[in-house]
Parts: sequence; structure tokens; C-alpha cells
Amino acid sequence: MKILVLVKQTFDTEEKIRLQDGQVQEDGVRFVINPYDEYAIEEAIRIKEAGDAEVVVVSVGPSRSEEALRTALAMGADEAILADDSELFGDEYSAAKVLAAIARKDQYDLIIAGNQAVDDGSGQVAVRLAEELGIPHISTLTKLEVNGNEVIGHRDAEGDEEIVKATLPVLVTAQQGLNDPRYPSLIGIRKAGKKPLTHVTLADLGLTAEEIARKSEVVETFLPQPKTAGKILSGDLSQQVSELVTALHSVEKVIG
Amino acid sequence: MSRKALVVADVRHGKLRNVTLEMLGAATKAAEGGEVAVALLGHQVSSLAEGLGKAGADRVYVVDAPELEKYTPGAYRKALMEIYRVFSPELILLAHSAIGKDLAPVISQRLGVGQVSDAIAVELTNGQLQFTRPIYAGKAFTKVVVKSNPVVATIRPNNLAPLAEDAGKAGTVEALSVSFEQQDLATLVQEIIQKASTGVDLTEAKIIVSGGRGVKSEEGFAPLRELAEVLGAAVGASRGACDAGYCDYSMQIGQTGKVVTPDLYIACGISGAIQHLAGMSSSKVIVAINKDPEAPIFQVADYGIVGDLFEVVPLMTAEVKKLLA
Repeated sequence: MKILVLVKQTFDTEEKIRLQDGQVQEDGVRFVINPYDEYAIEEAIRIKEAGDAEVVVVSVGPSRSEEALRTALAMGADEAILADDSELFGDEYSAAKVLAAIARKDQYDLIIAGNQAVDDGSGQVAVRLAEELGIPHISTLTKLEVNGNEVIGHRDAEGDEEIVKATLPVLVTAQQGLNDPRYPSLIGIRKAGKKPLTHVTLADLGLTAEEIARKSEVVETFLPQPKTAGKILSGDLSQQVSELVTALHSVEKVIG
Repeated sequence: MSRKALVVADVRHGKLRNVTLEMLGAATKAAEGGEVAVALLGHQVSSLAEGLGKAGADRVYVVDAPELEKYTPGAYRKALMEIYRVFSPELILLAHSAIGKDLAPVISQRLGVGQVSDAIAVELTNGQLQFTRPIYAGKAFTKVVVKSNPVVATIRPNNLAPLAEDAGKAGTVEALSVSFEQQDLATLVQEIIQKASTGVDLTEAKIIVSGGRGVKSEEGFAPLRELAEVLGAAVGASRGACDAGYCDYSMQIGQTGKVVTPDLYIACGISGAIQHLAGMSSSKVIVAINKDPEAPIFQVADYGIVGDLFEVVPLMTAEVKKLLA
């Protein structure tokens, strides 16, 4: 079985966002593998360990993303593809087109992705890719079972758990709780340096700038109004609670 | 310039969710006098159609079929594409909910168009639709325009004004029949397990009572659930509480997890890590209860009580009961 895992490198979730000239600043920022994609990588490696599978990780993003792919290789993936040609960058539509061109170069039985990235958070790319490839998808999985050609996904649907069946090839996306991603071992890190990592360009993929051109555009980026600290109540506890409930009822009008 | 707008009704457990009316409000504004239709997909949902007509839709397209009883992307795609073919809208709005989040990208890629996810505001700027949406879970925001036709967007519940009651309206209801083929039914829902909760959905809740590491155990959520029950609130959690195994990940609020914007957010025993604050600091009123007066959560709280949540929360429950009695 051949598994493709979609990976994005993102800001660590503890990073604050700084803007300069309307652009998010990246200097000094700690980058990580998008946490949802870590679940995807871990799941692919577990399938590989349980049977016979080859795991390819792919990322569309700037060259710094190589670090994320190397980490995935160190976790146990076999091969990496990095689409870091800036001509390949656009919006979610473009990314799906690029990933589809990469996926079509091989025969993947299973594609696993995070259900969204913690930076843009649009949650579109993986599902768009499934649609582009004409294969079914099951999103936000907290459990995945692959038995031969049959896939059973346990899907988190706003708290409800849906048990969904499909047949390979299929694309699935990971929700939190799918597994507990491993840290790369020292030996894994050593091996990762020798595993193949291929850079691909627009020309390599046989695409034109026109066919992957973005369909949406960000016209402005801004920070929210900083929230100011409010009132710390004082007095004995029951007095504080009574004051709070009264304020929520008659001043804020959010209860009662 | 007027445009035709289609709102995809968000139905959960046979009920219409509020976000549908919020989308109708946005669609009516965005349509600039153009026709506004609602797509109602499901099985035995026709009874909801009339209400939608009264709620401000000029037209309600209903696809009622057993294949649509449980959501699957293939069958819903087929039904929605049929409505698209008949109505040819220039704007399609879906909820940023379990269904909308999953269905919107399917439709967008099929149509080869751009999509805005999780929009919290829609405005018309020089005749062009501009959507505001969070990035980094709300640590920053962007304004986005879609250059393709149609424009597709998912709308975050609780953020847009619903249409004012307009009793004068009575939109027409039109049933469409769709035949589903094997390729539309590539995924099959075998079972749905409804998890125990207060029954109020986190993303649409007006009030959320949320617990962090301070709840100390799975049982520690009990007083929070009691408070939530009297308030009609949903119960959420921080990553700390989920990672510690006190609760299910589906309850997690934050940059990893759900982003919420209720009217009232009550944070109990939550210190306020940056990634948690990103997921809740747009709430209208924030109450923090924490033993540690230095906890960062107090910096975003409108009201803070420094104290043990196991003392404060039951007192609050009693006080709210008194108020509502």
C-alpha cells in the first residue's frame, strides 16, 4: 500500500502574531509541523508498521518547510516531496491543483491530511484534493481502521461520532485524538538525512501558472483590538458570586 | 449590482440551526435586491421549508431523499449541484459547521471557484463582497475577496445578525428530485453515536462553561456541567484538561480545537495559554475563575474571581437558580 501524507509547516501555537506593513512577520518565530498533520503522519507510520506500506510526505510551501518534512522522515516516513517553487503558491484552489498533480504521478491508495492548519485554518485543501482526484473522503477522524480494501473512519461531527465506511483509494483527514504522535528517535533523525527529498517546480508537474491561478485574494490583514483586563471582584466569595451574577444579568444582559 | 444568493440550510438532528437565519440575513444584504433562495437537504425535512419561506427566503429548494438522511459528501454534493444548476446563484453560503465545513470545499473545487472559510463578517465594498475571517484562530484577521463566480463562503455561527422577522414574506417551496448513483454514495454512514453532553453545541452556544487543568479530574467537570445546565450552556475545555484525559477532545477550545464566540464564556481553572486565548477571546463577556491571581486568563476577562472553582462554581449555580426562580 502506498500512502501520501499532506504536511504544512506552521507557527508554533504559542507564538504571538506581529504585523509589519500588513504582513505577518516570520523572523524569530518557532515553526512546527501543523499539529493536525502530525496526527496524519503518525497514523500513516502506524499503518506501515502494522503491515506493508510506503509513506510519502508532501508539502506545498517555502523552502523552510524542508525542516518539517525532515522531521516527518525522522518519525518514519520513507520519502518526501517539497513543492517550494513560488510559482506554485496561491490559494486553497491552487494548492489542491498542485497536490493533485503530485498525487497523479503515483498510485496512492490512501491520502491522509490534517483536517485544517492552525495558521490559515480554512480546512479546504485536503477535501478539495479528494474532489480534484475524484476519490471519496472522510474528514475529522478520531479513529481509522484499514482492512484490506475497506476503510472505516470514526468521524467527529460536532461531538457526535459517525462511523463511516469507504473503499480505497480514499482521502481522510485527522482530528485531534486520532493518535499520540511520536517524537523522532535519534536513529530516526540520523536516517532522515539520507532519505530522498525531491523538490518539484511548476514545469516538473506539467502545470501552467494560469491553471493554478488563485481564485481568492487577501486584501487586508489586521490584528484584533487588544482586550483590556476587566474587574477582579473582591470581598467574601459568596458576595463576589452574587455581584457577578447580578452584573451578568442586569449590566451585561447575557443571562436570565 | 444585484446578485442571486443561495443559503444552504444547516440542519442538525432534524432541527434548523440559528446560523441558517444568520446566513439569510447576510445573503439578503449581499444580494442587493437579488433573489435569495435556501437549499434544504435531508430526509423528511420538508416541514422546515415553510418556516424558511417565512423567515425571508424568496424560494426554498428542497431535496428530500433517504440518501440524504445522514450527511455524506457525495450525496449532498449531488443534491446541491442540482440546485446550483436550477438556480445558478452568484453567492453560496454554508455554515461553518460539521456539514458546511466538509461540503463547501467539495462544491468549490467542483465548480473551480474560490472559497472563504469561517467568515465572521460580510460587507459590500464598491459593489464587491468582502469577507472578514480569522487567521491563527483569531490572533489576526484578514479581509478576503473571491474573484470567481460563484463566490462560496462558510459562515461562523453567532456572528452575523439574523434577518428581522418579516411576517409578510412567504417564499415559494420547490421540491427537486435527484437520482443518486453509485459514485454519489462512495462513503456510507454505518452508525452515529451521540456523545453525552448538555445537548448544546459548542460552536453555536450562547454561553459556554469551560474547564482547564484546575478541574483536576474527569469528575471535576461535574460542577461545571451543573452550572451549564441551569444556564442552558455548553461545556468546553482547554487543551490542558483534554491532554490530561479529563475530557473528550471534541470539547477542546483553542487554536487546536474549536474557536468559539459566545455571549458569555466562563473559564474555570484555565490559566490562559496563548493558544487557548486565541480560541475564545472574541467572546462578548468573559468570566475567569482561577486560584492564581497571576493567571493570564485575567488579562482578557471582563470579570475575575480569584478563588477555588470547586467553591465558586457551585455558588454560582445556586445564585443563577435563585435569579431564574
